[in-house]
Amino acid sequence: MATTAANPAVIGRKVLVRVKRRPDAREEPRWEEFELDWRPHMNVIICLRDIAERPVTRDGRTTTPISYDANCLEEICGACAMLVNGVPRQACSALVDTLEQPIRIEPLTKFPVVRDLMVDRSIMFENLKRMKCWVPLDGTYDLGPGPRVAPSVQEKYYPLSRCITCGNCLEVCPQVNENSDFVGAAILSQVRLFNAHPTGAMHMKERLAAVMGSGGVADCANAQNCVEVCPKQIPLTESIAEVNRQAIRQAILGWLVG
Amino acid sequence: MKEPKIIVVGGGLAGLMAVIRAAEAGVAVELFSIVPVKRSHSVCAQGGINAAKNLKGEGDSTDRHFDDSVYGGDFLANQGPVKRMCEAAPGVIDMLDRMGVTFNRTAEGLLDFRRFGGTMFNRTAFAGATTGQQMLYALDEQVRRFEAEGKVKKYEGWTFLSAVLDEQHICRGICAMDLKTMEVRTFPADAAIFCTGGVGAIFGRSTNSVVCTGSAQSALFQQGVDYANGEFIQVHPTAIPGEDKCRLMSESARGEGGRMWVPKHPLDKRAARQIPEAERLYFLEEWYPKYGNLVPRDIATRAIHKVVYGMKMGLEGVPAVYLDVSHIPRETLDRKLEGILEIYEKFVGVDPREVPMKVFPAMHYTMGGMWIDDDKHATNVKGIYAAGECEYQYHGANRLGANSLLSCIYGGMVASPAAIRYARGLEKGCESTPASLFHAEQRRQEQLNDGLLHQEGSENPVTIWKEMGDWMTEHVTVVRNNKDLQRTDVKLQELTERYKKINLSDRTSWANQTLTFCRELHNMLVLARVITQGALARNESRGAHYKPDFPERNDAEWLKTTRAHFDSGSVKFSYDPVDASMIPPRARRYDA
Repeated sequence: MATTAANPAVIGRKVLVRVKRRPDAREEPRWEEFELDWRPHMNVIICLRDIAERPVTRDGRTTTPISYDANCLEEICGACAMLVNGVPRQACSALVDTLEQPIRIEPLTKFPVVRDLMVDRSIMFENLKRMKCWVPLDGTYDLGPGPRVAPSVQEKYYPLSRCITCGNCLEVCPQVNENSDFVGAAILSQVRLFNAHPTGAMHMKERLAAVMGSGGVADCANAQNCVEVCPKQIPLTESIAEVNRQAIRQAILGWLVG
Repeated sequence: MKEPKIIVVGGGLAGLMAVIRAAEAGVAVELFSIVPVKRSHSVCAQGGINAAKNLKGEGDSTDRHFDDSVYGGDFLANQGPVKRMCEAAPGVIDMLDRMGVTFNRTAEGLLDFRRFGGTMFNRTAFAGATTGQQMLYALDEQVRRFEAEGKVKKYEGWTFLSAVLDEQHICRGICAMDLKTMEVRTFPADAAIFCTGGVGAIFGRSTNSVVCTGSAQSALFQQGVDYANGEFIQVHPTAIPGEDKCRLMSESARGEGGRMWVPKHPLDKRAARQIPEAERLYFLEEWYPKYGNLVPRDIATRAIHKVVYGMKMGLEGVPAVYLDVSHIPRETLDRKLEGILEIYEKFVGVDPREVPMKVFPAMHYTMGGMWIDDDKHATNVKGIYAAGECEYQYHGANRLGANSLLSCIYGGMVASPAAIRYARGLEKGCESTPASLFHAEQRRQEQLNDGLLHQEGSENPVTIWKEMGDWMTEHVTVVRNNKDLQRTDVKLQELTERYKKINLSDRTSWANQTLTFCRELHNMLVLARVITQGALARNESRGAHYKPDFPERNDAEWLKTTRAHFDSGSVKFSYDPVDASMIPPRARRYDA
């Protein structure tokens, strides 16, 4: 069905929304359809809030509000990633007027479902731990200024540090599946970021050792879907290639550089 | 006693800093957060963090920073803590720099600084227009490192319900709920540090994140923690109005040269770029020639209200004015402001590099918060500490832009060692607290949940929340009149009565967000009354608190801290003197 967007003056205009629901991970999912009053600048979050205020399906059945993750609502916390019309994206920046109706809303599929649209993405944070994605500090006491950084270097790496851990890149990656423990593009891009930092680089070896282990960079099959869905346009494939080069260099020259 | 155990509630900048300091001290620390800490609201901070490092050869100093902050806050802040924070600021920036925050750089590879509101100096370090995000991530990474080393235990996806207080009213732990299983559990601790952020949700639509309900501080208030200066609410001059939230357009847009204007002819139908310079009213530059577009937020917000409501000069008759960066080179914009311009582009669908942005003020920040002492960040309840936006100490009657990130980090740095010192000095630690005390608190909280889950009624929690937000925004933000404040307080009482008839549309016991929201809503209603009644009582105008019937600051009667106590169900106020011993209060004027 084509979208009915265009004329904001239409009164009584409706928005059709279909939500894939699941009371918990044990139960089978089912779809529920809702008919909501259209307003200008509506996004998917507003749809979910409308449903919470009046949890009645299109066919008049009373149901429960939909459980979902959301926080900042300006696409910077990463919480509200879900499938909207089959595409992984942040619900807050999914504007109703740009979406085909009925709008299909589903949870991400690569993470365990908690309930409805809520998924458990803690694996991403665990993998950041595994890959040692940090700058090791002696302490937070005053040790004077940090290392100098050329503006061109800052401009190159700042975009990497904008990753919001939303999981979109994992969702579309064919290598992320139940038979693999591939950490995915977001995490590898963070490895690149910390390997580039003057202090972080001092510990590149440990990071690369982790990257060369199970679920590491070798699992990337170069499908390049990740860059397509990154809400922050992070050059993820570049990051993977760079980390791969670093890993190869370490594997070959490791004995030389000690 | 054995080595102490510390709990930190809230994983934004203040909470993470407190955790890091505790882990460095080798103290066992547990961190509780509603969201994974990397998704905390600090991530939304855009423009930067202040520190008088004087890297631009302007003669800036920590004393100037101190003076700007006290003056910007209209002399309501206690001066000792503000002075110490400003003195610590350069070291804070260095620490963040060492952690790898991707701050913008100068040609020499040094930290770059830009101007912000309420100062004449380039004092604000920044990482594009996503400084809060970059800082939060840096601290998050440090905490993750400690977590990997087994020094920190995180409870993400848990919400704080109440403190566990013993018969001497000393905090011995907390009671929290798992947002997945809905399990209610108590956790013993020798001291608890609360870093639970802002209260935006009380105003319905604000620039705050969903979790910023003030629920934790309200729960503590109802358990005896005093709440100070609640009536001081910052309304940010430039946000994109929205139904779900108002999206902030950082002050840094003006710091980088952005200008605010409206067409001189109201209802001018031409596109912004077609309107010649001579036919534009750059109202801030005209009215405040010295500071121009960089007057403090309360001043800019009232100016916009005057333009829109007083002079009826809002854009095409709607409440909006232009924030214009379209004259700034694209390359500069992308390097320094990309984060926010991207937000505007995504949510409005117009490229602000080409077309001036349409903005309007929105509730943004609470200067008020839990009362803490001057040097230890201790509340009036033993064992309870607070840091970050949820406490009241650093910003007086109006916060200067880019001082909030600083106060979060600094607050965490002070509160954590103070809490540890207190815990180490305890004769008996939480391990000696009888188990019955914990059971009783758990039972009390479970009964509250059961009551809500089983109650029959006709009221919807979202509807009550929306009504509260509408009233608070209309009557308790930019302009305040006693008659309206009284009506709002009556309305809040009505809503509190209706709350008792709430019908939970979800009665399940798995990831039930309706139940959590209802618990938060009750706490929001309590805090809303603290804010409203505090505003009603204060018959003067100071900083963000503006009453047309009392347009002047009145130091003789009101140079004092509002202190709210919860006394058997009602709010009682007392007033503490303000420490103004270092900078004598002077008239606050930005127009000369």
